[in-house]
Amino acid sequence: MIKEALVEKPPREEVGLLEWLKRNLFSTWYNTLLTFVSLAFLFFVGRAIIVWALHTARWEVVTTNIKVFMIGRYPASEAWRVLASLGVILLLTALTWVFRKLRGRPIRQWLILGWLLSFPLIGVLLRGFSEQNLFLPLVSSRVWSGLLLTLVLAIVGITASFPLGLILALGRRSKLPVIKILCTIYIETIRGVPLISVLFMSQLMLPLFLPPHIRLSTVMRALTGITLFSAAYTAENVRGGLASVPVGQYEAARSLGLSNVLMMVLIVLPQALRAVIPAIVGQFISLFKDTTLVVIVGLLDLLGVAKAVTGQRQFIGLHQEVYFFVALLFFIFCSLMSRGSRRLERSLGVGER
Amino acid sequence: MKNKSFLFLTPLLVLIFILATCAPAEKESTAEEKTTAKAVSRLQLIKDRGNIIVGCNAELPGFGYLNPAGEFEGFDVDFGRALAAAIFGDAGKVEFRPLTAAERLPALQTGEIDVLIRNTTWTLTRDTVNELDWAAVTFYDGQGMMVRKATGWKTIEDMEGATIATTTGTTTEMNLADTFRSRGIDYTPLLFESTQDTNTAYEEGRADAETSDKSQLAALRSAMANPDDHVILDITMSKEPLGPLTAHGDNQWNDVVRWVVWGMMEAEEKGVSSKNVDEMLNSNDPTIRRLLGVEGEAGKSLGLPPDFMVKVIKQVGNYAEVYDRHLGPQGINIPRGPNRLWKDGGLLYPMAWR
Amino acid sequence: MGKVRTHKSVAIVPFWRDIRVLRILAQLAFLMVVIAILLWAISNYRARGLIFGYSFLSKEASFDLAEGIPFKPTDSYARAFLVGVVNTVRVAVIGIILATLLGLVTGIARLSRNWLLRKIATVYIEIIRNTPLLVQLFFLYFAVIMKLPRLSRAIVLAGPVYISNRGVVIPWLRLAESFRLWWPFLLLAAAWAGVLIVIRRRTIRRVGRPGINLLWVFSCLIAVPVLGWLLIPGNPLRFDLPDLVTRSGGVITVDGGVTLSSEFTAILTGLVIYTAAFIAEVVRAGIQSVPKGQAEAARAQGFTNRQILRLIVLPQALRVIIPPLISQYLNLTKNSSLAIAIGFLDLYAVSQTMLNQSGRVVEVFLMIMGSYLAISLTISLIMNIINKRIQIVER
Repeated sequence: MIKEALVEKPPREEVGLLEWLKRNLFSTWYNTLLTFVSLAFLFFVGRAIIVWALHTARWEVVTTNIKVFMIGRYPASEAWRVLASLGVILLLTALTWVFRKLRGRPIRQWLILGWLLSFPLIGVLLRGFSEQNLFLPLVSSRVWSGLLLTLVLAIVGITASFPLGLILALGRRSKLPVIKILCTIYIETIRGVPLISVLFMSQLMLPLFLPPHIRLSTVMRALTGITLFSAAYTAENVRGGLASVPVGQYEAARSLGLSNVLMMVLIVLPQALRAVIPAIVGQFISLFKDTTLVVIVGLLDLLGVAKAVTGQRQFIGLHQEVYFFVALLFFIFCSLMSRGSRRLERSLGVGER
Repeated sequence: MKNKSFLFLTPLLVLIFILATCAPAEKESTAEEKTTAKAVSRLQLIKDRGNIIVGCNAELPGFGYLNPAGEFEGFDVDFGRALAAAIFGDAGKVEFRPLTAAERLPALQTGEIDVLIRNTTWTLTRDTVNELDWAAVTFYDGQGMMVRKATGWKTIEDMEGATIATTTGTTTEMNLADTFRSRGIDYTPLLFESTQDTNTAYEEGRADAETSDKSQLAALRSAMANPDDHVILDITMSKEPLGPLTAHGDNQWNDVVRWVVWGMMEAEEKGVSSKNVDEMLNSNDPTIRRLLGVEGEAGKSLGLPPDFMVKVIKQVGNYAEVYDRHLGPQGINIPRGPNRLWKDGGLLYPMAWR
Repeated sequence: MGKVRTHKSVAIVPFWRDIRVLRILAQLAFLMVVIAILLWAISNYRARGLIFGYSFLSKEASFDLAEGIPFKPTDSYARAFLVGVVNTVRVAVIGIILATLLGLVTGIARLSRNWLLRKIATVYIEIIRNTPLLVQLFFLYFAVIMKLPRLSRAIVLAGPVYISNRGVVIPWLRLAESFRLWWPFLLLAAAWAGVLIVIRRRTIRRVGRPGINLLWVFSCLIAVPVLGWLLIPGNPLRFDLPDLVTRSGGVITVDGGVTLSSEFTAILTGLVIYTAAFIAEVVRAGIQSVPKGQAEAARAQGFTNRQILRLIVLPQALRVIIPPLISQYLNLTKNSSLAIAIGFLDLYAVSQTMLNQSGRVVEVFLMIMGSYLAISLTISLIMNIINKRIQIVER
């Protein structure tokens, strides 16, 4: 912010500290007043926070429960599997970072394949096979909790909602009125109601409409709800991307004799999807925050275990410390992701096209 | 251009992942598909599955809660273990599914759980409109009121204008309304989704009083920072018969649940406990002989092994043992009161075991 | 001739490859799949022996609700639901107004020439936008409001305003007995002002200059009610000041004023702080979207600073601001459903209670969906009308 403000002035001049202060804080009488009011505000708020954080707060509630916050009820003896999954992700991230400049080279394709394969790999790693399995015993999704559950819900939610959202977006642009109307109704209905009501539906109502022998765990049901919800938003993002593809592209594809399906797959979608990546990342960040709502339907995500921790006998009522810690975790994750998405946006050059 | 083709693999891989996470549900379902869903009793279903799924409470000390080792423990929980012991001869073959007050009835209606043992009050509406069947009463409770000692309150009449916290989705909020309405006393209800929030609101002074089942209040009070600052008033606002319940219309399964519960009471009445059950096999008392399966066909007629009560008593105990372990002096210390046997002046009256 | 030829070409393409037939078939097939899934779901529902119906709505609720419009346990389920709807609308409307104000101030602060103010606004926006609303609500309710002093030791501000963990009690204006004599004056003032404004507009359109100064309109709006106040006996309005009273049993309660319960305060504050951060970004982007050249050109034409803001920058900025603002308003309304987590009795929380006591899952769910859709549609309808007006102004 400050950099921009300085750079804006065309002949770049060296500004001394006093000059800078005068320009940015004390240029007019009301500016001076604002500065003093802000300073007073900062002083009182800052002092209160520092006194609380260093003096009043009992941080041992966070330090003793750190494992609970991270993996919750996931068995401690199997915690290495979570770490291994994290390792896989970090490794892939590092490789992607190292090879980020190699556009269109084979190594890049391997990386994409690696990312795609990491999903089932991590799924199997976390869940295991059967109870008797010696190496990877079953850890039912019922005991997945803490930050682990939050991440699983957000990542699987956004990935699973993508194909569904794509289909809905294409359906909404379809020339066939029945398909178009049904898709529009779905998208607009879901976007018009709160996520919590969709979660409510998937938790309490969905089982009533399934045959008795199909039983989903509460985590699976929450995932269903999140996916159905997120798909409607993905659909609107994808629709925006489809609209951004110039008509000339369609016409050119047709004149080459491509069928409708080929035109979509080869010409339109690659361009459209490229345009929606930033929007999808934004959607992922807000979905990541929204997963906290599962606490209302009784799941133990990061916020859910935080709530449980405030009920522990020796730490009863330490809401400030616990919720501050949870907020901090979310803040770190979300800021990193939005920073990343801005970088991605620039590297994709979406704005320039 | 070429690498874009990978993008279209995504749906496939996501599907694989979802299937991977789904698999336990599917495995359960294959076992169940063999038996046609409706006609066969849940008992058969449970036997095929190899364990019993019990809906329980996860946040109520004494009745159902997660102990530091990560296992469920409590009075209600032990009846779930008793059922597993009766069916499989192994009290460990049970899976507990923690449920909130709001989730518990739908979970049973949808068949997600086999039996619900989660301090649930037997009411007419739940029995009829919600299509559920209670099996027996394991605990006679009553709704009470907890207030700060400093207020000096003794009766409802003292509480004019008070703010009272309670958990929604229970019979408590209705009894609260009834009690104050019938006396014409004005008050402000404060409703929360979870017992924990209700308790926080009361402890922080957001509410003047907290109302719930007396047993629950006793448990919550024992976990407070200064239990002695709070007092449970000597008033009973309602009858709260608590007990296990099953889905409507499955009498065979319901019979198993109720006779296991009654069997544990009968064992207490006849002095059969986990310590002496082996000696009691040689008892001459015909009731004991029938109870332990030495004589008669109790097990066969219920679809259980003949010695099922031996397993229950040996692994879990009789009613008194279960009570003492969790609610008695070793637990949250609630006097047995109405939950004594009929011959001691209580309400526990197991049906005739013959 | 032409007609015959078309017939022939139709005959050449077999009907199963005719694109028109295929289209209809595809739609039919799709529709049938959707219907089949629905029927399958319904049959599963039926197989559980569950019934569907809304007769429970007229039954006695027999639970009590203490927030919003009066409610007794003897009232019906339908009335209980209405309590929830009114509470949601109350939070949404007040929240939208306050969030817009705070968002506007923050958005402008974000563009301020004062470095410190700009930084404070940025930090506020970043913190709020990067943490989940539910965490903020939990923090606000359990870690801030619950820790406020009890009512007996309430913080008293001038007014008097009582702040405690029971909520905030503020003085309130109430209508007194003589109000029924006064309201005709109010009506008269409003009508008069309306007529003056219409005349003023007409003159502007005809002559290009306002014939009547706006000052006249305002003074008439004030003068007539004041005149009425002097003419009628007694005060038509009275201040209702809150006061702490000790009831017979020793319960301390508040008499008079208006009590905003801590749950209401928490959900409202939480929603306003959260949504304002998003609105601030919308406002900032809107103002920045107006090219500098516009203001410079206007200044060259001799416009004053106020005119530039009112006639050049604002109309163009609003055109950019309104559409994302609508979606922020809708988000605020939908987010108000999180009230259930902190015990505020909004539409969703009341529905949950209704569901628990009546056991009618599907029926209550449909009511929830319907209500939120109706509220969302109303807001977008109102905002779209405003949006259209602004687009015309811009032209």
